[in-house]
Amino acid sequence: MSLPVTVSGFSKSYGEVQAVKELSMDVSPGELFGLIGPDGAGKTTTMRTLVTLLRADSGKISIGDYDAETHVREIRSIVGYMPQRFSLYPDLSIDQNLNFFADLFNVPKDEIPKRKERLYRFSRLEEFADRLAGRLSGGMKQKLALSCTLIHDPSVLVLDEPTTGVDPVSRNEFWNILAELKQQGVTIIVSTPYMDEALKCDRVSIMHNGAVLAAGKPDELTDLHEPQLFELITGDIVSTTHILSAEPDVISVQGFGDSVHIAVAPDISSDSLESTVSASLQREVTLKQITPTLEDVFIHLVNEGSRDDG
Amino acid sequence: MRRRVFGIIRKEFIHIFRDVRTLLILIAMPIMMIVLYGYAITLDIRNIAFAVIDNANTAQSRELIDRFAENDFFILNEGAYTAQDVDRLFAERTVSFVLVFGKDFQHEIIERGSADLQLLIDASDSNVGTYINNYATEIINKYNTSINRVLPMAFTVEPRILYNPSLESSLFFVPGLVALILMLISALLTSITISREKETGTMEQILVSPVRPIEILIGKVVPYIALGLFNAAMILVFAKILFAIPFQGSLWLLFLLTLVYVFTALAFGLMISTVAPNQMAAMLMTLMATILPTIMLSGFIFPIASMPDILQYISTVIPATHYLKIIRGILLKGVGLESLYLPAIILTAIGVFLVAVASKRFNTTLEG
Repeated sequence: MSLPVTVSGFSKSYGEVQAVKELSMDVSPGELFGLIGPDGAGKTTTMRTLVTLLRADSGKISIGDYDAETHVREIRSIVGYMPQRFSLYPDLSIDQNLNFFADLFNVPKDEIPKRKERLYRFSRLEEFADRLAGRLSGGMKQKLALSCTLIHDPSVLVLDEPTTGVDPVSRNEFWNILAELKQQGVTIIVSTPYMDEALKCDRVSIMHNGAVLAAGKPDELTDLHEPQLFELITGDIVSTTHILSAEPDVISVQGFGDSVHIAVAPDISSDSLESTVSASLQREVTLKQITPTLEDVFIHLVNEGSRDDG
Repeated sequence: MRRRVFGIIRKEFIHIFRDVRTLLILIAMPIMMIVLYGYAITLDIRNIAFAVIDNANTAQSRELIDRFAENDFFILNEGAYTAQDVDRLFAERTVSFVLVFGKDFQHEIIERGSADLQLLIDASDSNVGTYINNYATEIINKYNTSINRVLPMAFTVEPRILYNPSLESSLFFVPGLVALILMLISALLTSITISREKETGTMEQILVSPVRPIEILIGKVVPYIALGLFNAAMILVFAKILFAIPFQGSLWLLFLLTLVYVFTALAFGLMISTVAPNQMAAMLMTLMATILPTIMLSGFIFPIASMPDILQYISTVIPATHYLKIIRGILLKGVGLESLYLPAIILTAIGVFLVAVASKRFNTTLEG
């Protein structure tokens, strides 16, 4: 059964520090919803409150018909939560870890073998079932963690940066599993620092300083990038950035590998910039107009957000 | 409810048996403690050196010296000393007391029927000083009556020492040690097991399940009750072997009431773990909160009756106070439940209270 997750006007502070202010979001049943944002944006606070580990100062959070304030135990039994720093018991084997969580969530005894078999199938951990969790590779640990979170068949899955520090192959595998779960109707809320992962979500919220800067489908979000965007490949990113930052028409300059992305107000022509850079670097350069990626949007919004704050 | 509790119990047992090093420490530490403390803490006074300045040098003075020298308590320093040596003997701690016979010792006895004898005692350790004084006086009195039967005494005292006829202080201390060690180890076990889960983050994982605080607490206590009882049995066996502690009463009763005590100690550890943020803090808090009160205020060494009122009140909430009555009663006096039900009930009540507080305080959110 797929359940919606609704957050409206949620605020939370730790003493003086306001971690989240007036956050609202609607996650539809069976949706794969992404939270992206820099460290300290309030993603973890939001997720912990969703799973009732923290209490909201104000606002309303509900999962299906359950209110996070009043139906703590009900929510805990239908939600699967994987903290950023998921800790398994390193001295328990894969099988023992799974059994423990099955007991904790009261999974019917005769269901356990079936559940484990299914989890083993997608995680491909079966052959390591007797290996201690402490001796697993990073990717395998993440898959075991996810398996433990899934043993009670949660309707809603909350994953806090599940793939941070995991190799690209395992990351890819992990996201394939999420896609499979989504097909089964599980509502998934996942935070990630990786833009390529954000693209795989149905919708994302870009968070900054405890607020949502923008939300929508990843390809729609790129429309939020109002300035024109140019790409410039130079041999010397540092001085190029330096030269461009001094230009009044340039909104922002961001290094991307061996190129820089230059955001310029919409009505400005690139010709003058081209000649300025060419003159400074003493060689011909060409600015190439490109379509903004989600990463450009993210940086643009965060920069704008910071400017508004400051 | 039962599923989750059993799940936690099973997991704790896996932790215990997987971590052989900790298990060995748990087994070795109590043995080490009982051996070390058992031999170190003693009020028995033996082998006290003494010197003699025998200006008389007669049959009678030598006979009295022999009476002093022929028991375990005093050892004669054979040197020939004079009155000038006394200060040096005490300063260098060569001897703890000096017997001085006057030159006319025998003469005075014969002429006057009585002679003066000087006993110089180093009382820088007041306990030892008192002991020497009492014991020396007794030896001298006995010798007196043996050579002077003229005056019969109006009455004589015939002391009969019960429960510990040879007045060995180990019989008094070792049961106390059992109480101390059990308290310390048990409380450490539970306080660390929960704070470790907080520290490694697995607690966050447990908390998002529908588990109740009391289920976590029971699941944590049960495995360690087994471990604590095993520890208790081992300590008692060692106490029996090393210190010849008598087992007068019912072993089953002792076992049952030790179980209650271990439970109370574990509950104390649980309560600490609800406050302590990490393992280090839990360990320090447990050490502070168990060792000192148990040693100072439970009657382990110092009699509760001679404490100021306020400390006497405090001593009633210290579990070891009640367990000491139980274990000394059963081991030394062989008393049964009919005389021990009160300490047993109080102990149980303290344990239940501690679990209730721990369960109430146990935070199932991550809110500070």
